[in-house]
Amino acid sequence: MSQDSSKASLWSRFSGGQAKQKLLAFASLLALILIFTALKPDAFMTQDNIIGILQSTTVIGVLAIASTFIIITSGIDLSVGVLMTFCAVMGGVFLVNWHWPLPLGVLGAVVVGALTGCVSGLTITRLKVPPFIATLGMMMLLKGLSLIITGARPIYFNDIEGFDQIALGSLIGDIFPALLIPNGVLIMFVMAAICAVILNRTALGRYTFALGSNEEAVRLSGVDVNRWKVIIYTFSGGICGVAGLLIASRLNSAQPALGQGYELDAIAAVVIGGTSLSGGVGTILGTIIGAFIMSVLINGLRIMSVAQEWQMVLTGLIIILAVYTDNLRREKK
Amino acid sequence: MTALIAVKNLSKSFPGVKALQDVQFDLQAGEVHALMGENGAGKSTLMKILAGVYTRDEGEMLLDGVPVEITSPAHAQALAIGIIHQELYLMSHLTAAQNIFLGREPKGSMGLFLDEDKLNRDTQVLFDRMHLDMPPETRIGDLTVARQQMVEIAKALSFKSRVLIMDEPTAALNNAEIEELFRIIRQLREEGVGIVYISHKMDEIQRIADRITVMRDGRYINTVAAQTPMAEIIAMMVGRKLEHAEKHIPDTSANEVLLDVRGLSRGRAIRDVNFTVRRGEILGFAGLMGAGRTEVARAVFGADTIDSGEVRVHGKVIALKSPRDAVQAGIGYLSEDRKHFGLATGMDVESNITLPSLRRWLKWGVFLNRSAIHAVGQEMVDKLRIKTPSLTQVARLLSGGNQQKVVIAKWLVQDCEVLIFDEPTRGIDVGAKSEIYKLVNDLAAQGKAIIVISSELPEVLHLSHRILVMCEGRITGDVSALDATQESLMALATRREEQAAPFH
Repeated sequence: MSQDSSKASLWSRFSGGQAKQKLLAFASLLALILIFTALKPDAFMTQDNIIGILQSTTVIGVLAIASTFIIITSGIDLSVGVLMTFCAVMGGVFLVNWHWPLPLGVLGAVVVGALTGCVSGLTITRLKVPPFIATLGMMMLLKGLSLIITGARPIYFNDIEGFDQIALGSLIGDIFPALLIPNGVLIMFVMAAICAVILNRTALGRYTFALGSNEEAVRLSGVDVNRWKVIIYTFSGGICGVAGLLIASRLNSAQPALGQGYELDAIAAVVIGGTSLSGGVGTILGTIIGAFIMSVLINGLRIMSVAQEWQMVLTGLIIILAVYTDNLRREKK
Repeated sequence: MTALIAVKNLSKSFPGVKALQDVQFDLQAGEVHALMGENGAGKSTLMKILAGVYTRDEGEMLLDGVPVEITSPAHAQALAIGIIHQELYLMSHLTAAQNIFLGREPKGSMGLFLDEDKLNRDTQVLFDRMHLDMPPETRIGDLTVARQQMVEIAKALSFKSRVLIMDEPTAALNNAEIEELFRIIRQLREEGVGIVYISHKMDEIQRIADRITVMRDGRYINTVAAQTPMAEIIAMMVGRKLEHAEKHIPDTSANEVLLDVRGLSRGRAIRDVNFTVRRGEILGFAGLMGAGRTEVARAVFGADTIDSGEVRVHGKVIALKSPRDAVQAGIGYLSEDRKHFGLATGMDVESNITLPSLRRWLKWGVFLNRSAIHAVGQEMVDKLRIKTPSLTQVARLLSGGNQQKVVIAKWLVQDCEVLIFDEPTRGIDVGAKSEIYKLVNDLAAQGKAIIVISSELPEVLHLSHRILVMCEGRITGDVSALDATQESLMALATRREEQAAPFH
């Protein structure tokens, strides 16, 4: 009996509505790739371009993973983009100004992200500031801090040996010389896998869904809602720290003016991936597919020499279209 | 006489479900026609077809003897068919008048600005017709649920409705408010309005209805006069006779006191409430809406803060800062509004069942132990006979009775010894009700201490061993269920303090 039911539940986990959503997003991604391949076969499907696409997805992908957790709780975090920059800047301070050893500096940047997320979580739960406002304030605050700390000048990591290898080196390439997949891409996929497990198999993930599904029910179940919210924001902030390291490593510098606007790209990727802004629903795989849809679209349009202004217009339309088709599918059910 | 509305051989299917099969129904002008049946019997589907929300697959619909297609809710309104849904669709920040004429606001001379005076005048006319004493400028948010319902009725009347469909209109009303509603229903009936009345409450239906149509499993069963004995109607609804066990109250006076509440106070809502519940005892809380019963339950559970007082479990005082403290002390609370407060409706059955006790189903304190969660979920589904296609069914898709069982299951898994049931059978059909009653009795027999809060006096009388009556935040009576009658409880429930401020 229990054998049967666990089998049935496994099946429904993979064949249920969420799987269908991922299938739809995945089909859209494939369609985009096929279209661009057909239109520009010699430029799109080259190894350099594919690695370029993978590379350009990493930062948004990791930020989108961080946002997925927040959005499933039916919250929102507008500070992820600027927090990423702040973590990069602090990484620069630790490694370049204070000469910390590399592993400690890397860890420090992630801890800065987690602490900042924790502060956002506390603002939301203790001061009862709505997430939108709390993280909007945090965004402005962090942007200012990044500029103050750096004197509005980039911090370069030229003298830090191995720092650029975090994103640009290729562990896989060292083993299989034909597969020059940069470490940044590897890190994104590893992060995605870890976070998918956390979201689906741990108490943290269970409470993430439960909070977005019905916060009052969770509270009346005797769960410390505020504590778990702070934990989720802290965790998400830590992931932003990883994104900060990735972008700093790729640019080999911490650019204090960068970052604003990344949060919106991340939210777009999350939503395209089928996570509901009203909470309770979402997957990491969907989010990663959403991030790839965004970067394949931008890359493809650039290859076809579409002007940057028109790239923006088209991206906007695609986001609206993606959510609209998702609504259609939901209504049919 | 030609029927106002007649429905013949109506059928309607949804993917995988035959919701209605060969249903007959007719409504005369100037009658109250009750529609009864268990949840899922097809009442709501039938009414939604009449109100233009769904279209039928087969069958005939006649309005004044003329065949008619009702294509949309707007079309139904134009045909003078009004529906008052169980959930009220009002905007709490707007006034009563603004709500009633939303989308049809009278315009002033320029055709630009709204004519707020005419709006209020027109509303006043409607209220006068209903003999309703209420200023049209009142904000909906400031009204009681009962008054909000009156506004919905006024809104339906503003469309000059000749057919009025009411879906469980008294679910959230106290007795005085029900009287006011019935007065308005009787008056509309005299004016020739045909009223379809959906309710689970038998006594009400016998008081207000002229005829009763019973449905079961999407099929028409019979139409009978409202005077038909209840037992007969229930038998038609459930298709079998319900057992009526002799009431037996066990002697629990020597048992351990599990819950001991002393001097509980919170503002005007709770005033110096003291009571105890022993192992194996079912303590009922009776009183009118707003008497403070739910407030006491939420305070004992730590969901609301208190001004003073203490709560002891097993004789030990517990800190009452959050539901977490109460749950750790072994108190479980089944809230009156399952959908809003009790269930994470978007999550599946097993996740809901294990939510309070999740810590116990973790490997290394971090990872969910899925097989253990399946096992305990299955155990509860079997034990409480929860009807669900699988453990991973989303809770929202279960019927009300089964949702209630899921909430009970989660507290049983948590090993709660004190269980507070707040309106345990609201919105649950007759068959599921008797199962919940049996469950509550079984739990008491197993040594749990149980508190039952209910607005339905027959339910309190039926379930409880001992009954506390509340009025305006105070306990006004403590009686054995054997001695109590509906009348004696009602008298206690309205025993107000002499110098109490006038109640609005």
